[in-house]
Amino acid sequence: MTEKRKFPISHIVSYLLSVGLTILAVFFALGTNLERGTIMTIIGSFAVIQAGMQLFMFMNMTEGRDGWMKVTHTIYAIAMAVIFVIGTYYVMTAGHPIM
Amino acid sequence: MALKDHTNKPLEYQTLQSQMNILGFWIFIGAEIVLFGTLFAIYGVLGNRYAGGPTPQDIFVIRDVVIQTLLLLTSSFTVGIVIWAMRNNNLKTLIFWQIITLLLGIGFLVMEINEFIHYVNAGATLQTSAFLSSMYALLGMHGAHVTLGIGWGTGLIFQLLKRGITRETATKTHIFSLYWHFLDVVWIFVFTFVYLGGLV
Repeated sequence: MTEKRKFPISHIVSYLLSVGLTILAVFFALGTNLERGTIMTIIGSFAVIQAGMQLFMFMNMTEGRDGWMKVTHTIYAIAMAVIFVIGTYYVMTAGHPIM
Repeated sequence: MALKDHTNKPLEYQTLQSQMNILGFWIFIGAEIVLFGTLFAIYGVLGNRYAGGPTPQDIFVIRDVVIQTLLLLTSSFTVGIVIWAMRNNNLKTLIFWQIITLLLGIGFLVMEINEFIHYVNAGATLQTSAFLSSMYALLGMHGAHVTLGIGWGTGLIFQLLKRGITRETATKTHIFSLYWHFLDVVWIFVFTFVYLGGLV
């Protein structure tokens, strides 16, 4: 490999965005007087954006001949996690005491 | 088993074996997503059951947690530099950034261990409440992964020094970088839902 690859600008941008979103999340969580549900939705979306940047920008999930396989399998795993995290939370807190 | 039509691809994708190893690791990551998902589900249900013990507001120190987050976030960025150096066939740069990555990981771990010591001294132990049991299970599982990653990454440095950047070591380095990025992904959710969620 004689030709040098330039360092991908997208990595630097993703890194700075991640740091920015982290600080913004701290601000929303501790520096505002919004309702808890609103804050959790906002900072939860920040987390999802950051995780997406890690998967697609840093981990290069789509590269290689079987890139689509990685994407399909990972999205499947994330879907399973979302279903049972939200499902468990819903079942265990839906209008009945579990004390 | 080299494939001719793949020789212009990065080193770690040139053999079918390497491609399968990388795909296999992504399947492992899928299982890890589910593993951490279960721990988040448990924390989601039990995280507000304090049993008269300390609450998140009593024990969490946001400044330290933000520093931990920045350490791990930066290490995820530097392991990206490792892959860039590897694809430029630059062993010295690769090793340098791999060491930086591991040092950031060790810094994170030292802070987490100090944090746990601080919690226990404040009377917040594994047995105190359901909140703390589920919190220690989730954070401990993540910390154990970081610990394993530091050992793995250190072993990799020795192999790279001995053998240089070959198809095999390039594949191993690529897989290590996936693992390390994934630990940062998990931490983002820990930071958001355990720490910030606990302090809102």
